[in-house]
Amino acid sequence: MPPVLTCRGVRKEFGGQPVLADLDLTVAEHEVVALIGASGSGKSTLLRCVNLLEEIDDGVIELDGEDISDPRVDPDRVRRRIGMVFQSYNLFPHLSVLANITLAPRRVHRRDRAEAEAQARDLLARVGLADKADAYPDRLSGGQQQRVAIVRALANSPRLMLLDEITSALDPELVGEVLAMVRDLKADGMTMVLATHEMGFARDVADRVCFLDGGRVIEQGPPEQVLGEPVQPRTRQFLRRIIDAGRL
Amino acid sequence: MTLTAHVPSAVQRRRLAYRRRQTVRSVLVAAASTAVLGTLLVVAVTGAPGWDRVRRSFLDPTIARDALPDVLTGLWLNLRLLVCCAVGALLLGLLVALLRTLRGPVFFPVRALAAGYTYTFRGLPLIIVLYLLTLGVPGLRLAGTPSVLVLGALALIVTYGGYLAEVFRAGIESVHPSQFAAARSLGLTYRQAMRHVILPQAVRRVAPPLLNDVVALQKDVGLVSLAGPIDAVRAAQIATAESFNYTPYIVAGVLFVLLAIPLIAVTDWVTLRAARRAGR
Ligand SMILES: Nc1ncnc2c1ncn2[C@@H]1O[C@H](COP(=O)(O)OP(=O)(O)OP(=O)(O)O)[C@@H](O)[C@H]1O
Ligand SMILES: [Mg+2]
Repeated sequence: MPPVLTCRGVRKEFGGQPVLADLDLTVAEHEVVALIGASGSGKSTLLRCVNLLEEIDDGVIELDGEDISDPRVDPDRVRRRIGMVFQSYNLFPHLSVLANITLAPRRVHRRDRAEAEAQARDLLARVGLADKADAYPDRLSGGQQQRVAIVRALANSPRLMLLDEITSALDPELVGEVLAMVRDLKADGMTMVLATHEMGFARDVADRVCFLDGGRVIEQGPPEQVLGEPVQPRTRQFLRRIIDAGRL
Repeated sequence: MTLTAHVPSAVQRRRLAYRRRQTVRSVLVAAASTAVLGTLLVVAVTGAPGWDRVRRSFLDPTIARDALPDVLTGLWLNLRLLVCCAVGALLLGLLVALLRTLRGPVFFPVRALAAGYTYTFRGLPLIIVLYLLTLGVPGLRLAGTPSVLVLGALALIVTYGGYLAEVFRAGIESVHPSQFAAARSLGLTYRQAMRHVILPQAVRRVAPPLLNDVVALQKDVGLVSLAGPIDAVRAAQIATAESFNYTPYIVAGVLFVLLAIPLIAVTDWVTLRAARRAGR
């Protein structure tokens, strides 16, 4: 069985400046991989490339063994198999929570309304938001909005979830509820790649931590090893700065 | 558990009573100052040396009654034109705005054409478009040329479509790109993302300026009478020429304002609602 996600020699430039250079990354089924690295190291860029929101400048990205960086591949078909959650939630403000969640199932997967809504209510109930189904996003707390955004991505039954700093916009007391949800997803066997600045979160949910620097993964391994006894000097330096900032 | 109703404290009761007295006072002051200003205006106008002559030539009730049927017939034409042109111009504007936001090299000619259209018709005076279409096109003597009225309506639609297209485009571009990224990452196609995510937000934001343009259109539809069809203002002009009295113009003016009031009220209401939504 091929890995869910394979990146080989991925390169991405912005205005001639390489942000990702010869990056390799493999994610097996049910595996949770945390991407860490300094601000600007390309974590978001990598996730956006995997979701085909950005075109890569070299290399190959495969989803379930299929080359999705091939320009002949229909990006909409690929995105239906990937769920993405953003730092800034990006819920649709003109739609209710329920309509946000059922939009893709109804329009993309052509499910009928009753069925899609039943599934959405079920997912909401599981994360304790059943009573918010008819509310509009601006009436929810940040933590609730982010949980709705995760449910919205889950409603597509994705093969792979990409989470981009999903807790950075939240007040500390709201972070817990979102992290608990990610932990539950992991328990359900969801394959995930998450970019994060929360080392505690990475240590807690990730099977593997990858440290990005200079456009590539320069160190990876189990959280205890990468976060506890890093081998690379760059990783040590990065972690020291994080510790000094009181974030570990 | 039963909740007992909250009984306001003495302090709160005093505050409420004070606020009630203040409200009554404000209403009285407003009424008094309006009455004073109104009286002053009436005295100033009716006391003017030429008032009698002006009243006879602008406010003659008999002439007003005689002119009313013709002016109303003209107004009916204005109303029909307004509805057709507003719908046509809104649709055309939306279409052109969507074409202008298309990305990708294939669409270059479409984008260029749409941009050229908005530049041309926002710059070109309406009267010239009107003459070109209503006098120029029939001059070609092509079979199946529509009536002058339809051509006039087309002139209004293409001119206002240019303005409305820019309003729609501003709305589309005001929706943050992250909304588009979120929609696409859910697997929605470009068209689905536009239709279900971007456009609903864009239209809500620009509804007040769109309606404002429709109010302006209401006054401009009368210009088709330059090409022949008789609208309310033209009917008033004819009546004036017959009676050597300007009262029919006043009749038409009052009717226009009455017609505009509901539209303006809707615009104000939509603007207020949009402001509240943004403010919360
Ligand atoms: N659309 C773009 N155009 C130009 N430069 C970009 C664009 N997107 C990202 N970059 C640049 O690419 C680099 C990597 O950005 P990216 O957002 O991937 O970093 P990150 O690791 O997610 O950082 P953070 O931890 O702050 O979120 C940055 O230097 C950024 O300025
Ligand atoms: Mg980022």
